[in-house]
Amino acid sequence: MTATVSAPASAPPGPPDVRRGTLRGIVGLALLLAFAALLSLAIGSRSIPLTTVVDVLLRPDGSDASTIVHGLRIPRTVLAIAVGVSLGVAGALMQGHTRNPLADPGLLGVEAGAAFAVVIGIFVFGVTDLTGYAWFSLVGAGVAAAAVFAIGSTRGGPDPVSLVLAGAAVSALLLALTQAVVLRDVDTLDAYRFWAVGSVSGRDTDVFWQVLPFIAVGLGLAATSASTLNLLQLGDDVAASLGLRPMRHRMIGVLGVMMLTGAATAACGPVGFVGLVVPHVARFLAGVDYRWVIPYSGLVGGLLVVLADIIGRVVVRPAELQVGIVMALIGGPVFIVLVRRNRMVRI
Amino acid sequence: MSVLPHVSPTLAAPLRVGRASWLVPLRAGLVAIGGLGMLAVLVALDLSLGDFAIPVGDVVRTLLGGGDPGQRFIVMELRLPQTLVAILVGAALGLSGALTQTFARNPLASPDILGVTQGAALGAVGVIVLAGGSGYGAGLVGGTLQQVGLPIAAFVGGLGTATLLYLLSWRRGIDGQRLVLIGIGLSFALAAGTSYLLTHARIQDAASAQVWLNGSLNARGWEQATPLLWTLLVLVPVALLVARSLNALQLGDDSARGLGVRLQVTQLLTLVAAVGLASVSVAAVGPLAFVAFVVPQVALRLTAGSRPPMLASMTLGACLVVGADLVTRVVIPFALPAGLVTAAIGAPYLIWLLLRTNRKVSA
Repeated sequence: MTATVSAPASAPPGPPDVRRGTLRGIVGLALLLAFAALLSLAIGSRSIPLTTVVDVLLRPDGSDASTIVHGLRIPRTVLAIAVGVSLGVAGALMQGHTRNPLADPGLLGVEAGAAFAVVIGIFVFGVTDLTGYAWFSLVGAGVAAAAVFAIGSTRGGPDPVSLVLAGAAVSALLLALTQAVVLRDVDTLDAYRFWAVGSVSGRDTDVFWQVLPFIAVGLGLAATSASTLNLLQLGDDVAASLGLRPMRHRMIGVLGVMMLTGAATAACGPVGFVGLVVPHVARFLAGVDYRWVIPYSGLVGGLLVVLADIIGRVVVRPAELQVGIVMALIGGPVFIVLVRRNRMVRI
Repeated sequence: MSVLPHVSPTLAAPLRVGRASWLVPLRAGLVAIGGLGMLAVLVALDLSLGDFAIPVGDVVRTLLGGGDPGQRFIVMELRLPQTLVAILVGAALGLSGALTQTFARNPLASPDILGVTQGAALGAVGVIVLAGGSGYGAGLVGGTLQQVGLPIAAFVGGLGTATLLYLLSWRRGIDGQRLVLIGIGLSFALAAGTSYLLTHARIQDAASAQVWLNGSLNARGWEQATPLLWTLLVLVPVALLVARSLNALQLGDDSARGLGVRLQVTQLLTLVAAVGLASVSVAAVGPLAFVAFVVPQVALRLTAGSRPPMLASMTLGACLVVGADLVTRVVIPFALPAGLVTAAIGAPYLIWLLLRTNRKVSA
């Protein structure tokens, strides 16, 4: 990765085709997200007119429409937004702190740890409900992330290259163990294969409240991390000479990634793609300043997951396609077109 | 380059013949030779151990043309082809990983992230699931479909993905980062296709697809070894040819061009070699996903060079896969795909190397 991150103060601010984040952009994305959320309440195997949706939102009246909106669609929409925002923000943090455009937030061992814990939960303890999965994956994500953190740190704190390699190694090990269990037991495979594709359907609000504290803490850490991340892009030495403690700030950022990804995985299973791809889109929209990239990533992530969830409900009606599959099947080609047409911002 | 580790000066010596001179990487050579020695031991063990153990001395005698007919049959017909496949796949994946990681200047850029493996997986799982669903399930297990259809589907899937990747990335030349990002988009889309098939398949088909997806060396023979051998014979020289230019490529595309590297040719040859090796390996044994990632990184740390070394990656890759074959056949009492064992051996070793290096660094 070449050091095109920041131009010297005397040079013009970045190449002309790199856009910069604006407050208007944030508001626009937020409005889009709100509209998508409204659509998500209206569209499904039984469509409800938007006016009725607004009506029952304001005055729950116990009708069928009201029950569907409040009982089924609000939980999954809220969850989709929460997961998308978390993974988008986590991805931006992760790529910034490791200075690696291929770093996925799940790489810190979080997703593999969660997967292994869920499989153990199914295989050993016979867990079958989503709340149970969520607890197991929270614990697994935490333990795996702690291990990666310990391996990938020097005495002073986490080192970007080691962290990425340690995460990949721990993930591979845990996935191998997971597969070993799944291959031995068809019943476990049957339960696991639906968890492993990532889905927001069938969740009630309990799961949301369960993971909300972790998301809140993670977003808080991300907010404190945003401005220091800009300085860290200059390299640890320069950042240190500017009065920053690189290791300490990286620790904060990585903790944030772990919280956000762990919470998202616990809620919906491993949803790939968002964390890896959304930051690139956000950087394309908002330039290189992480104070803009991080909120943009969150909003784009939320938008992506909600839209993917809606599309998944529509294409194979009355059945559903899991959100993880829809997102990658449609998002993959869209991302390719985006990368082909435009000069992406480099890390 | 920020993602490659800072290393002490490489142990290398200049070799001059007349006006020509080369830098001979002594330490990388030592690692490669040490790897060969370890490989020899592992191969001997792999050929001698099993349900019917044959002393190593007899194995050597059989290989040289002696031995009694029973031992001959077991060593030459049953064990040698599978061991050979393990050696070749390991070498191919090690080299493929070293090439992609060097090309993208990123330790995360294994052939898996470029979509090659996912393309191959989609092809193979497609055959398993679609054939299974339409009633050929029984014929699939031992029949002609698996012998012929599965490897071809995987190979076509892998190579087709690579071609698509190259065409999509071409825009007045290939740019490393654009190629990698497009590869990510492709690999996600293809992996989602595989997931879709897996969730919609009958559970029996999903289970047998899962076995293939983990990579297995079980019952591999000459029909897998021969294409591997030819591919390696063609592509290894290509890889060694571009290795010199890859050193310059480490400095960035512009610097490399300034140093007289023909960038497009080097990139194309590197990609062709990496993708060809990965596709043939996947077709032969399924995705042994972790090998191409971990082996070059381990080799890099052992040789203390500036980029993943080619020859050392090949020998260490062969060691890892033969070792995995040995473990799956001899140590573990139940059938376990070799792909899981390669991860179970390779990951802890890389972790140990990381821990050892990190303790030395005081930041």
